[in-house]
Amino acid sequence: MSAHENAQEGYDFAHPLPLPLLAGTFLVLTLLTVLTVAQASFNFGSLDVLIVMVIATIKAVLVGAIFMHLAWDKPFNIICFIGSFVFVGLFIMATLFDSRQTAKDDIPVTDDAVVSAPAEL
Amino acid sequence: MATTDAGLASDAHEQPGHGHSDHGHGDHDHPSYLAHHFDTPEQQFDSGKLGMWLFLVTEVLFFSGMFCAYAIFRAWRPEVFEGCSQFLNTKLGAINTGVLLFSSFTMAWGVRCAQKEQHKLLTVMLATTLSCATVFLGVKAIEYSHKWHLGLLPAGLFSYDPSNPHPVGGPNYLAYICAPFVAITIGVAIWLVVSFLRGAKFQLECAKPLLVVCLCFFVGVGLGTILESGGEEGHHEDDHAVVASTDGTAAEHGKEHAHADGDQHVDHEEPAAAAVASLPAAGAMSNDSADLAVLERLASDATNTGLQDELAARKAQSERSGGGILYDVSDDASATVASAPENVLRPSRAGVFFSIYYCMTGIHAIHILAGIGVLVWLLVRSIRMDFNRNYFGPVDYVGLYWHIVDMIWIYLFPLMYLIR
Repeated sequence: MSAHENAQEGYDFAHPLPLPLLAGTFLVLTLLTVLTVAQASFNFGSLDVLIVMVIATIKAVLVGAIFMHLAWDKPFNIICFIGSFVFVGLFIMATLFDSRQTAKDDIPVTDDAVVSAPAEL
Repeated sequence: MATTDAGLASDAHEQPGHGHSDHGHGDHDHPSYLAHHFDTPEQQFDSGKLGMWLFLVTEVLFFSGMFCAYAIFRAWRPEVFEGCSQFLNTKLGAINTGVLLFSSFTMAWGVRCAQKEQHKLLTVMLATTLSCATVFLGVKAIEYSHKWHLGLLPAGLFSYDPSNPHPVGGPNYLAYICAPFVAITIGVAIWLVVSFLRGAKFQLECAKPLLVVCLCFFVGVGLGTILESGGEEGHHEDDHAVVASTDGTAAEHGKEHAHADGDQHVDHEEPAAAAVASLPAAGAMSNDSADLAVLERLASDATNTGLQDELAARKAQSERSGGGILYDVSDDASATVASAPENVLRPSRAGVFFSIYYCMTGIHAIHILAGIGVLVWLLVRSIRMDFNRNYFGPVDYVGLYWHIVDMIWIYLFPLMYLIR
């Protein structure tokens, strides 16, 4: 996308990332891992899962944007990839919602006769 | 290096190529790396990249099914996940996270090397990435074999017995896991020697890094062994407290129950321990303590496995008879049969946790194996100096795959290992 003028069209399109950026990203990812492990020794109650998932998501965004080069990628590729996570979110939320609604349907069967009773029609 | 026209250089490359011109390539000239149905290397690269992103989308959706199962079962039985997560060694998980992050870094650096035509450095980066992958698998081998030995298996096979956590006998799982890697390492070593003797320079260049990669698996196994045995002391108090309680330390027993019932009862730990300490020791209620002493002496003969089993059974029985009635102080109001289903270590419940654990980490490990396969392919091609600044697609695509495997582990690690 940058300097095509001096070369043949469609050649020299590579966009190598500077090494300090890659190394810095790795460093931040390692620090975030240490942070995740460290926070496990404190009790945040129900916020626990939320904190862990936020840290994991920051790490995933860093990996995606810099290591996977998404920050400089074509918009369509970004839309495809982010779109998959939107569908994952929908999938998990809808299933959890359904599971919560139907959890009370669990009728304990203590007598075998209940099971063997014919379903008449 | 970067100033040479990669396109022209590869054109020259193509001339001695065998049989290229017989299937219609002769009519229009293009570099050997450019498939003839693409106009430019950029178009080729973008097409490949789009295909790779679409594949990664299917990967994300594939793993989401397992994350969904995880979410449902954790929502149903959070205490089972809390209890069973104690069996996972956080140190091993954290080390593996670090190893994978580092391999992602070297992979990204490798893509940069391919783009800048640093062929030697690219080979080094790919070999480093591969080595990290095998270290990861080595640590995983220790984790898995340790759990299989304890009987921490998926639902249906789950046979962990808190009163007999270290069953004698059973197959040496670690040896079974290591066997294929040993065979591959020996094979690569033989290949290295043969190619050296025959003077096959290219094959020698390939075999050298691959041997290092194979040996790194055993580095991982060693690392895992050290960390696993180092973490054992802390582990013992939590998981295997029941063993101590059969020796008459009833306070330990109370503690174990407090642990097993999740952290809502942790506050009761101190009074519970004090109350239990005043009670007779577990096992003292049953008058077969003399038998136990005899059995213990007999069982010290390690060859007498029958007696050892009987001893384990008796210990479990006496501990249960003591613990079930007297020491279940986890919930004073409902220390009845009704409270039994709350036991985290019920095989049907704990087994489901371990089913999810093995399924998710196992499929992740299979992805690592597949990644190793394609990275070896890249390594050979990079030694052949196939890549240049107009043709680095394969390195980039494999890099994307490798990063998504890393990304999945980024979520797996806290969700599995860091539950309290």
